[in-house]
Amino acid sequence: MKIHEYQAKEIFRKYNVPVPNGHVAFTADEAVAVAKTLASNVYVVKAQIHAGGRGKGGGVKLAKSLEEVKTIADQILGMTLVTHQTGPEGKLVQRLLVEEGVDIKRELYVGIVLDRQLGKDVFMISTEGGMEIEKVAAETPEKIIKEWVEPGIGLQPFQARKMAYALGLEGNQVRSAVKFFIALYNAFTASDSTLTEINPLVVTGAGDVIALDAKMNFDDNALFRHKEIMELRDLSEEEPSEIEASKYNLNYIKLDGNVGCMVNGAGLAMGTMDIIKLHGGEPANFLDVGGVANAETVANGFRIIMNDPNVKAVLINIFGGIVRCDRVAQGVIDALKLVLVDAPLVVRLEGTNAKEAAELLENSGLDFLVATSLEDAAKKVTAAIKE
Amino acid sequence: MSILVDNHTRLIVQGITGGEGSFHTQQMVEYGTQVVAGVTPGKGGQKTEAGIPIFNTVADAKAGTNANTSVIFVPPPFAADAIMEAVDADLDLVICITEGIPVKDMVMVKTYMRGRKTRLIGPNCPGVISPGMAKIGIMPGFIHQAGNVGVISRSGTLTYEAVHQLTTRGIGQSTCIGIGGDPVNGTNFIDLLKLFKDDPDTDAVVLIGEIGGNAEEEAAAWAQANFKKPIVSFIAGQTAPPGRRMGHAGAIISGGKGTAADKIKALRDAGIIVSDSPATIGELIEKALKN
Repeated sequence: MKIHEYQAKEIFRKYNVPVPNGHVAFTADEAVAVAKTLASNVYVVKAQIHAGGRGKGGGVKLAKSLEEVKTIADQILGMTLVTHQTGPEGKLVQRLLVEEGVDIKRELYVGIVLDRQLGKDVFMISTEGGMEIEKVAAETPEKIIKEWVEPGIGLQPFQARKMAYALGLEGNQVRSAVKFFIALYNAFTASDSTLTEINPLVVTGAGDVIALDAKMNFDDNALFRHKEIMELRDLSEEEPSEIEASKYNLNYIKLDGNVGCMVNGAGLAMGTMDIIKLHGGEPANFLDVGGVANAETVANGFRIIMNDPNVKAVLINIFGGIVRCDRVAQGVIDALKLVLVDAPLVVRLEGTNAKEAAELLENSGLDFLVATSLEDAAKKVTAAIKE
Repeated sequence: MSILVDNHTRLIVQGITGGEGSFHTQQMVEYGTQVVAGVTPGKGGQKTEAGIPIFNTVADAKAGTNANTSVIFVPPPFAADAIMEAVDADLDLVICITEGIPVKDMVMVKTYMRGRKTRLIGPNCPGVISPGMAKIGIMPGFIHQAGNVGVISRSGTLTYEAVHQLTTRGIGQSTCIGIGGDPVNGTNFIDLLKLFKDDPDTDAVVLIGEIGGNAEEEAAAWAQANFKKPIVSFIAGQTAPPGRRMGHAGAIISGGKGTAADKIKALRDAGIIVSDSPATIGELIEKALKN
């Protein structure tokens, strides 16, 4: 799960990670009201969307007066912000973060993620703050320094000092950075974050180290123990069809192609998308219906797939193991009575009772293309599009 | 022969009285797996309908039945605890089926397991089957056939698809292992390739990977230097967009890393046969076995 910058900064405050003073605003008037509470004569107005690169896209601006805060807030609210992370369609800005201006002396980078190979959290730090970190990692990997955290023991002060010195900090800055890194790790681990990233992390003229930006992603599997984080979910940032699918416990991801697919199991769903592409089609979605492919699940799957106007044909690929194919076939037949599927439909059912399933489909009088193998299914569905 | 599980496997089912646990226990028993005990805290001393004794703890179950392996069907919030209990009881092998365990819990489990004898398969996996001998997990037994091809996979139903392609060609399997779709798991590709290397009855291996992490790249490098039997690989997720979790917690391209293209290149560079399509895995193994 993703959250907004201002929400991540609220979590930071809770764990004593220093951030600039500021608050969220939903209207230009609210933005001015927030600015009035700040003991500063320079303000920063920041668009809040679930994507990076907002500054370059014109979503982050400085204001030198309350009037200017209002003008800028009016400009940014309601704009469609396009960044390298939003895709060409961009994202509508509905929230702002208004903060006090900060006297920036240096811009650094810090991120914490899980190192999957080692099974440990790893700090990544760099002197190249404010840049796209993927670019730094690709072009000058030596400028990213890593420090691994021992599970159950946590980030030790010597490690935090090591990082502070590696960033070229001195004097008071070191003490400030050590406190910062330890607090940041506490915030990361206590909230089951999978990614916490600050770009830029800044050193102020006074020698303080503070988080000018804040990004936190969380482990969906751990949200059951973080009700307070679950409440931060902003549905307007998510694809409506995906929200709809999640209500039915379907795992759906919308893509740009024209072949809708419904599959049981994540790996086979990806494999099915791949084989569609190999045969010259483009998958319209990832949809894993899981272990229960009954009439209700299939009908919900059809509804979500058919809501996508790009879909020109649909492929159902179910490998029945514990689920029997004849039951799935009956589910498909029943679902077609509930939902209108006005596109060619290719059905491939393999595994337990596959023969009985094929007979059911053929005798149903409904208009299916029954495929005999994965290859055959991909051929039939891509041919159907070309017709 | 086979690896990990066979006729000598004496199995404990942790979570045997739950819906999933009881259903799959029945399926495993029907396949011929020796299920000797179940564990459900608070129900020790009782028996299942089929007469399998239930114990309060894994240690009691092991002491009472001489079990050496356990399979876990415990819900996600309690699954890490269940794995550590099995490790503490010094079982040889623990197979965790549970999907949805927080990654932080798995990091803790991995740390706990250091220096212990137990091997963990999973979590978030279909389990392990040595056809004709023992089925431990949720895979459909009937699609398998005993034989000389090992299968290692991060996926569930995609593995069934590959096995089906083998069996319909008359090619049997020595052992099929689902290592799971989570970012942190117990046993990786290399650990299992090592076992297949030493198994005289495994002549070729199917390796099914997916986007995310770099386990496939590491396996490729290791296999190039150490593994002489043919490997046929397929990587799922060639069409997956970056930054999106494709069902499995571990199947995500992040920071431009873990793409299918990178993995396929690493595998091919290591001399491993890569199937572009998920439909040609069986065909390629058949060819590899003939050469």
